[in-house]
Amino acid sequence: MWTAVSVLALLGALFGMILGYAAVRFRVQSNPLVEKIDSILPQTQCGQCTFPGCRPYAQAIADGEADINQCPPGGEAVIHALADLLGRDPKPLNPEHGAHKEKIVVEIDEDLCIGCTLCIQACPVDAILGAAKQMHSVIAEECTGCELCIPPCPVDCIYVVPAAQDINHWKVPSPEPLVQARS
Amino acid sequence: MSKRLFRFNGGLKLADFKTGSTGQPIVQAPIPPQLILPLQQHIGEPAEACVKPGDTVTRGQEIARARGAISASIHASSSGVVHAIEKRQVSHPSGLLAPCVVIDTDGLDRPQQAPVIIGDAYLQQTPDAVRKLVRAGGIVGMGGAGFPTAVKLKPGPEHGVDLLVLNGAECEPYISCDDMLMRERAPAIIAGARVMMHALGARHAVIAVEDNKPQSMQIMAQAIRDSGAENIELRGIPAIYPAGGEKQLIKVLTGIEIPAQALPINAGIVCHNVATAEAVYRVIYQGEGAVSRVVTLTGNVSQELNLDVRYGTPVEFLLRTYGIDPALVAAITIGGPMMGYSLHAIDAPVSKTTNCIIVKQQGAALPFSNHGGTRPCIRCGNCADVCPVNLLPQQLYWHAQSRDFDKVQDFHLFDCIECGCCDYVCPSHLPLVQYYRFAKTEIWAQEREKEKSDLARQRHEFRQFRLEREKAERAARHKQKAAALQAPSAEEAELAKKKAAIAAALERVKARKAQADTKPRNVDNLSPQQRQLIEEVDARRKQNRQQQKPGPEQKNSDTE
Repeated sequence: MWTAVSVLALLGALFGMILGYAAVRFRVQSNPLVEKIDSILPQTQCGQCTFPGCRPYAQAIADGEADINQCPPGGEAVIHALADLLGRDPKPLNPEHGAHKEKIVVEIDEDLCIGCTLCIQACPVDAILGAAKQMHSVIAEECTGCELCIPPCPVDCIYVVPAAQDINHWKVPSPEPLVQARS
Repeated sequence: MSKRLFRFNGGLKLADFKTGSTGQPIVQAPIPPQLILPLQQHIGEPAEACVKPGDTVTRGQEIARARGAISASIHASSSGVVHAIEKRQVSHPSGLLAPCVVIDTDGLDRPQQAPVIIGDAYLQQTPDAVRKLVRAGGIVGMGGAGFPTAVKLKPGPEHGVDLLVLNGAECEPYISCDDMLMRERAPAIIAGARVMMHALGARHAVIAVEDNKPQSMQIMAQAIRDSGAENIELRGIPAIYPAGGEKQLIKVLTGIEIPAQALPINAGIVCHNVATAEAVYRVIYQGEGAVSRVVTLTGNVSQELNLDVRYGTPVEFLLRTYGIDPALVAAITIGGPMMGYSLHAIDAPVSKTTNCIIVKQQGAALPFSNHGGTRPCIRCGNCADVCPVNLLPQQLYWHAQSRDFDKVQDFHLFDCIECGCCDYVCPSHLPLVQYYRFAKTEIWAQEREKEKSDLARQRHEFRQFRLEREKAERAARHKQKAAALQAPSAEEAELAKKKAAIAAALERVKARKAQADTKPRNVDNLSPQQRQLIEEVDARRKQNRQQQKPGPEQKNSDTE
């Protein structure tokens, strides 16, 4: 009987040590769920979800402080992906945060720009190029269409334009759906 | 190689509607007043324009240079003056504008001053040099996809090429440009094929022609005999659509099935169109870049024709030239009825991949184009029976329709060659291929979005890092300054030292003055005379001091 007890105790100690070592060795620095949620979010960094950027929103979702339907740029697709990831039911986009729009970029009217740098400070992805008292310009490739640069502009020289379409990136439209997908 | 032929799954026997357009020789189409040459007529990077508006160009002059590994140059297809480089309608299913070089032709069609004609001397050139010539000639696959030919003439480091397949199957209905080319320019095709074999290091070549083109086969066989090439073989293959698909053709000829993710080169086989071989011939033997191609003009037209058309000729110009009123045209299909697309704007130009123009006039009927009303899928499975790639079209349709893009890829959407067989046999007239194209482009778009959002995340994170760093740097600077304010500077120390020296000097003066007022020593036992003298001196001194006193006092108060 004592043999059994000592063997079990030994095994317990051994596994405890392995687990303890593994916990230290393979420690996860941040919540992996936040990373996963963040990778689904569209990274416009627009703050329409009421959080200052996509990562804070991802953190809030992971902590259960925010719902999954607060991201207008992501729209239905992001809500479905989040619902899949978190095992929740998808729900319609919360209209409080805005409506889903087609992809846009902003453009600076370079004749009107006075070079105040306010938009540069507002841009979350450093997509505006310029310096004090120099004309500013938007790098359309990098612009996420968050529109955060529009309110600070003192001369209202920033306009929203639809994102440029070119032949190589053209999407074939879906044929008219014949049968509504069963829900 | 065995003489046996193989069979791919499914496929269709289609009525070919080719007799009308093969009834007469290829007609030279006139040069239009304005040529519109898109900078991208191929798969890959668009070419970069190297002329400017106002420049005079000659036929065959390079007007846009290939940019990047997978790209093709564009050449002026006639002489004239560059009108503009601007966005114009191009022949593409989207109907979007794309950058083009527009040339006002002068009608003289002047050729280049000194074309580089290699001729049979290509055999002395390295394969790499031949590839460079083909690349400079702007040759792309003319079967429809438009992949730059020079890239497909490179065997790659680990693959030797055993077999060159020249595709003369031309399996789609209506299209007969390759058929006519084989009838009229067979020696050029053979010569081009030999250049290709040299570039590839291929041992054999097989020219595959569908057996519904007996005339072409006869002429090609004669041309092969005349050329004396023993390693080029002509094979007739059964006319089953889509036998002209690259992987289908290879299966028919060799029995080898090219795996889903692989290319024919992995099996040591390279496939080129016969028209591409002819274009290669023109580059090597005539020193002429890609300037024209044969296009079938067919459908509801009075005379079905095969035209030798300069690239950049607007479709509208061709219609008017051959007696078709554009106002009466209901639809124009570019390519065949199975895989083609309808043209949005009639002023779009003929490009390197335009093999057929099918005109549908208002009120006229055209086979293949009468898709009746669509009905729900009845799961009959006809589509799976005819699919030449062994896919499950109805499953693909189901998932594409419900936008389940993961599922649709599980069913190998990207192996679909969009041949349209499933569309053709569907009793419910479902636009199946359009669903697949929709799903494909949607998936690509999602991938691009993902890349873009990853980039945005990176930039946002770097910006935050930068802001933090700037804040830290500013804080550090402030701290340094505050510390500097508290510690006395070297200048101040110097000043303090000087002040101390002055104070010390003043002290010394004061002390001396105090000493001056002390009692004089050594004045005992003096004679009366001496005493009197001393008193006199003392009196004088006193007098002097009283006179001088205000001066030094004033000065002292000033310095303090």
